[in-house]
Amino acid sequence: MILTFVEHDRGTVNELSFEALTFGRRLAERVGAEHRAVLIGDAGRPLADGLAAYGVATAHLAVDDRLDDYAPAAWGRSVAGLLRTLRPAVVVAAASDRGSEVLAHAAAMLDAPLAANVTEIADASADPAAPWTLIRQRWGGSLLEEARLDAPVKLLTLAPHAVRAEPAPEPGPVALETFAPEFDDGDLAVRVTDRVPASSGKVSLAEAKVVVGGGRGVGGPEGFVALEELAGLLGGAVGCSRVVTSNGWRPHSDQIGQTGTRIAPALYIACGISGATQHIVGCRAAKRILVINTDPEAPILSHADHAIIGDVRTVVPAITAEIRKVLAATGG
Amino acid sequence: MVLTEDARAIDTRFLGFTVSPHEECAVEEAVRLVGAHGGESVVLTLGPAEAEEQLRDAMALGVDRGILLRTDGAEWDPQATARAVAAAVRAGEPFDLLLFGNESADAGNFQVAVRVAHALGLPVVTGVKGLEVADGRVTLRREAGNGWEVFDVALPAVVAVREGLNLPRFPSVPGRLRAKQKPVDTVAVAPEVGGLEMLRLMLPPSAGKRAEVLGAGPEAAPRVVEILETMGLVRR
Repeated sequence: MILTFVEHDRGTVNELSFEALTFGRRLAERVGAEHRAVLIGDAGRPLADGLAAYGVATAHLAVDDRLDDYAPAAWGRSVAGLLRTLRPAVVVAAASDRGSEVLAHAAAMLDAPLAANVTEIADASADPAAPWTLIRQRWGGSLLEEARLDAPVKLLTLAPHAVRAEPAPEPGPVALETFAPEFDDGDLAVRVTDRVPASSGKVSLAEAKVVVGGGRGVGGPEGFVALEELAGLLGGAVGCSRVVTSNGWRPHSDQIGQTGTRIAPALYIACGISGATQHIVGCRAAKRILVINTDPEAPILSHADHAIIGDVRTVVPAITAEIRKVLAATGG
Repeated sequence: MVLTEDARAIDTRFLGFTVSPHEECAVEEAVRLVGAHGGESVVLTLGPAEAEEQLRDAMALGVDRGILLRTDGAEWDPQATARAVAAAVRAGEPFDLLLFGNESADAGNFQVAVRVAHALGLPVVTGVKGLEVADGRVTLRREAGNGWEVFDVALPAVVAVREGLNLPRFPSVPGRLRAKQKPVDTVAVAPEVGGLEMLRLMLPPSAGKRAEVLGAGPEAAPRVVEILETMGLVRR
């Protein structure tokens, strides 16, 4: 049996779960196993029917008032308890914050290994007792690792966007089975006690269609004024490299990279950024990258579509002026 | 990145080592907390003898002492790492907060802090970007969707932090000199083999891109606007 953890926040599903479900369904087909899902908390109940499209025949729902809002250890305990009963060959969760956390708790409770950020299973034996060979991401995906996972119940998280979510053409019915997990007060020591909404009305970096990013070549905090102006004209957001936040020129919330925000805009304009691995991990998902850099040998050029060789401090204002000229000509 | 001949490691002959970004913030937070509340901060790592250098880096920022769980330099799986860290922490002094980086920059296993917390029977919160200590409790914030989730936990607790929690200071020259005098307790450790074994590393297929050079300097600006127009980002 393949068991997929379906993540939700008070009833709102995390889209990455559909990737995990797609992965789980294909794995189940490949090894000739049944595909089941687990949901934690009664708010997840309405999601069960939608799982049919992912080849889920049975959805297990952990029900307890104390699971209504997120409590990482209690959620992990619920999954661990279900694993003891069902003994699935594999458990898959999205490598989201919660997916990673819940599976880490379950793995710690069962003292079982856990493979994080898996992209594919290289060798899946139909014998559940045999070790599997899998591929997982290191360095935010800049490096891949072939690893052997040897455990009767194989726990893994699926790297975001390693597979595309794909519903099955002919969904069948889903049987819902509720269970009452056992956990103690210690498992409830950590639970969400409050929520604070994001403060600003700015275009979010993660969701912006255009991002203008600045690095060391911008020269200093005042250099970002020109980038703000360009981003403003294009309805985009301003980001930066890690050097910039380490120097205190911009807040960490603007940082694009492995330890900052991962962006996926239609266009990323990288200004005065050399392209350290840390930064490339954060901007790799951009559809198109335009680089402005004085160094024609900068590593970022091998990840870019277009480049202007020149100083950001003169090139960016020239682009802004040119856009204004076009807009003025059309009264736009 | 260049791999070694057996593809089991990155060729580091010409590279330096640093503390990962998340862990840098954990070190900075420890120094700030001790500055504000008093007490002592200890930095611990698991790695080869050379990793003492990273312990000295942390002590240069103000950490009081270090513990090196010395390995032969081979890759350790996260279960083995967590067991060794938990054993060392259990053998040490009582503490209020055990801070981790949320995930290492290289292996990125996302689980050592949680495993250590379970081994010690302590509460744990991961992904933390805001931390306040008061009256024997810690209030923690982490990003969730379009806002923040807040957790309130009794001390002692385990917290895995992310970059952005604070802005780490740069080491000063006197700080570096003082760090040389601070004690490092070295303990040789051997791994208990877990169930996840690294077989080899592979470079992902390269994007193989070659940027089209639009021009040099401000004169290239009209070419950029042409591209913006074809993308529908600027409309005449």
